[in-house]
Amino acid sequence: METNLVIQVKKLNLYYGKFQALKEVNMEISRQEVTALIGPSGCGKSTFLRTLNRLNDLIDSVQIDGSVSIDGKNIYDKSCDVVALRKKVGMVFQKPNPFPKTIYENVAYGPRVHGIRERKKLDVIVEKSLREAALWDEVKDDLNRSALRLSGGQQQRLCIARVLAVEPDVVLMDEPTSALDPIATQKIEDLIRELKEKFTIVIVTHNMQQAARVSDSTAFFLNGEVLEMGDTEIMFTRPLDQRTEDYITGKFG
Amino acid sequence: MSGSLSPCIKTEGGLFLNRKLETAIAYFFTLNGAFVIFVLVGIFALLLSSSFAAWQDVGLISFLTERVWNPAGFVSSQFGIFTKIVGTLMVTAGAMLFAVPLGVATAAYLAEVASSWEREIFKPVIELLAAVPSVVLGFFGIVVFSPLLARIFNLPNGLNALNGSILLGLMSLPTIISIAEDALTAVPKEYKEASLALGATRWQTLSRIIIPAAGSGVTAAIMLGIGRSLGETMTVIMATGNALQFPSDFFSSVRTMTATIAIELGEVPAHTTHYYTLFAIGFVLFSMTFLVSLLADIFLHRASEVKKL
Amino acid sequence: MKKSQLPAPLGELAADNGRSRGHHSLVEGLAFGLLRLSMLLVIAAIFFIFYDIFSKGVGMISWEFITAMPRRGMTEGGIWPAVLGTVYITLITAAASVPVGVFAAIYLNEYAKKNMFTRVIRLSIRNLAGVPSIVYGLFGVALFVRALELGTSLLSAGLTLGLLTLPVTITASEEALKAVPDSFREGALALGATKWQAIRTNVIPSALPGIITGMILGISRAAGETAPILFTGAAFYLASLPNSLSSRFMALPYHLFIMSTQHHSIEKVRPIAYGTALVLIGLVVTMNMSAILLRAHYRKKMRG
Repeated sequence: METNLVIQVKKLNLYYGKFQALKEVNMEISRQEVTALIGPSGCGKSTFLRTLNRLNDLIDSVQIDGSVSIDGKNIYDKSCDVVALRKKVGMVFQKPNPFPKTIYENVAYGPRVHGIRERKKLDVIVEKSLREAALWDEVKDDLNRSALRLSGGQQQRLCIARVLAVEPDVVLMDEPTSALDPIATQKIEDLIRELKEKFTIVIVTHNMQQAARVSDSTAFFLNGEVLEMGDTEIMFTRPLDQRTEDYITGKFG
Repeated sequence: MSGSLSPCIKTEGGLFLNRKLETAIAYFFTLNGAFVIFVLVGIFALLLSSSFAAWQDVGLISFLTERVWNPAGFVSSQFGIFTKIVGTLMVTAGAMLFAVPLGVATAAYLAEVASSWEREIFKPVIELLAAVPSVVLGFFGIVVFSPLLARIFNLPNGLNALNGSILLGLMSLPTIISIAEDALTAVPKEYKEASLALGATRWQTLSRIIIPAAGSGVTAAIMLGIGRSLGETMTVIMATGNALQFPSDFFSSVRTMTATIAIELGEVPAHTTHYYTLFAIGFVLFSMTFLVSLLADIFLHRASEVKKL
Repeated sequence: MKKSQLPAPLGELAADNGRSRGHHSLVEGLAFGLLRLSMLLVIAAIFFIFYDIFSKGVGMISWEFITAMPRRGMTEGGIWPAVLGTVYITLITAAASVPVGVFAAIYLNEYAKKNMFTRVIRLSIRNLAGVPSIVYGLFGVALFVRALELGTSLLSAGLTLGLLTLPVTITASEEALKAVPDSFREGALALGATKWQAIRTNVIPSALPGIITGMILGISRAAGETAPILFTGAAFYLASLPNSLSSRFMALPYHLFIMSTQHHSIEKVRPIAYGTALVLIGLVVTMNMSAILLRAHYRKKMRG
């Protein structure tokens, strides 16, 4: 068995009521790689990302068939515990969404809901996670200040630290820099390259350069289908499909 | 990260227990949500069953159409509530006669004409009126409006339908104003801008575009004002004089349905015809207000469709 | 360019235009003036009511008036039992309606699916809000006083008022929950929190100020209600203070009612009635204002 494979998606279809948002999606995602999902707005890439931690479950009208296996187990199986899944597959959102709590409490939130109560253990996790998210040096003296006082880029790195604190294997990122300025964006991209040493990362992005800079493989979505997927370098230099080339070179989007 | 753990096996705490607890909690909240249905159905069922008891003795038709209400008649009792229905409708109509124009005009002023400082000062003042308990307004009717009306119209006293109408109008003003204003401000800006861009004046835009576009919402506001007036008890009991005679005009003293219940329920022995007829009056009231809120609902729904456009 | 220099047709047009603009602005001025007059009339009426009650009631207000028992057939003394009764009844009302109301709101905003059941619940809430208060009184008499044999008591009246304020509590709590951004929920769920954990630790704390505002608005309405307590527990006069949930009680609104309509020497007790009205209005308005201020304060804070 291929041990390097983390996520395996087979014939995934997703409907919002009658509208089919994902069509027969197949995908394989390898461990400790960054996979970028690109495509025009409304092509289904964010919807697809949200199938990987079952966040689409929150919407009443969504129906799904096909399978998504993580480490060989279908996460849409009835016996799957969604809570355990989401602990293992963390998510960073498009807009930084720190909770209206202190910096410390934001990072400690995940470990706390998973039952860790000792202050000492939490202290260790908070410091470790903030260091991993390259935020520790900036906030170590202000851990009890409101997270809402941080700048946008700091807030987003805090949200990443918050995810790292629950020790996931996979980190999903839904256009994590679209609300940030170029300097903050660069910091996040640097961070992504570092995090790849330990985590499997799936990132949705609108920004072609970003996909080219940070990812190892890329999947191109169009109208709910995966048109092309493969090594990022090859995709960006010699795409197989004309439409992929048109999109990458900015002919539509 | 080891990564070898399956995502579907929870590492700490029982998965089964966890799921069960979540389901139990969901059921608990659902039950609380369902409670309001029980209350509404409970009120309906109680009123209806008591009303049947009353109508068995009195007869539905004569209960609704007879004018004479004489529960403790020496020879025979009479339980006709027609006079009370007229009394209730009269004070409500009187109230709306001035509360609707005044309320809608105020709402239009606040929504389209007033400067932001005017809005900031006057809106809370109007909200303040909504907070005044009805019994205080009733008291005000007794001590201020009653002598005033008596003097102006040269009456022995001013406790009559007119007094009740004024108070009910005052009471329903905050409701009418706030909902009508919401409806007016919800009219899409595009309409207004299009009209102004065609060279229409602000007044033309307000009167020909904005108010008609908000029509459903304004109607809903009026409906809710009517509902409030129909069901009000304390102000009318204190200000209308509560006479049993069939009213001849707005200077007559009237007794509304609500006042009848409030005055007589304390004196009546339980489970007599008289007792049940009071519940039957409650049922008629309930039906009227139910109908009015249903209408308001329909209009509000329409209003929200306009907004979507 | 002067008008006289324009070619004739254009000049005419300009003049015509000027006339019609003048006409329009006159109409507009009149119309807007009328609208403003309407609003000022409403405002004046409100000021008149508050001024009259304040100016005639303020002379009665003293520590003694509020904390003394009534004397000599309620023609002298204070209104302490009515004040205390109103405080008790509002507390019982809150205890009866706040838990159910908040839980129902949590159901509607967090758990409810868009289906028939939810629609029926919403319809019920809107209709309950329109049910006349005297009908709640009838229901209270039949259910709490007679069927459940709670008698005319603080408990019966409190439960009746609890049902009456339920729609207010639910609506306000739901508004508060709605104002919590979805990102708080998704953020928590994506970290592996269960739905209930997300609600308990992330949604409710953010909604709490709004929920408390709704609670205060609900009980301030209960404090001013008279019709539902007429037959469920309020008393004309009691020589002793209520000492248990099964006691009958005096209440400010009912006290004002009898002091202005039922008392044997109405003219003589008019000052007491004015004093009672002022205390009642003061209580209700204070509750409302504090609710509104609280809401404004926390809205600002939430924006951080």
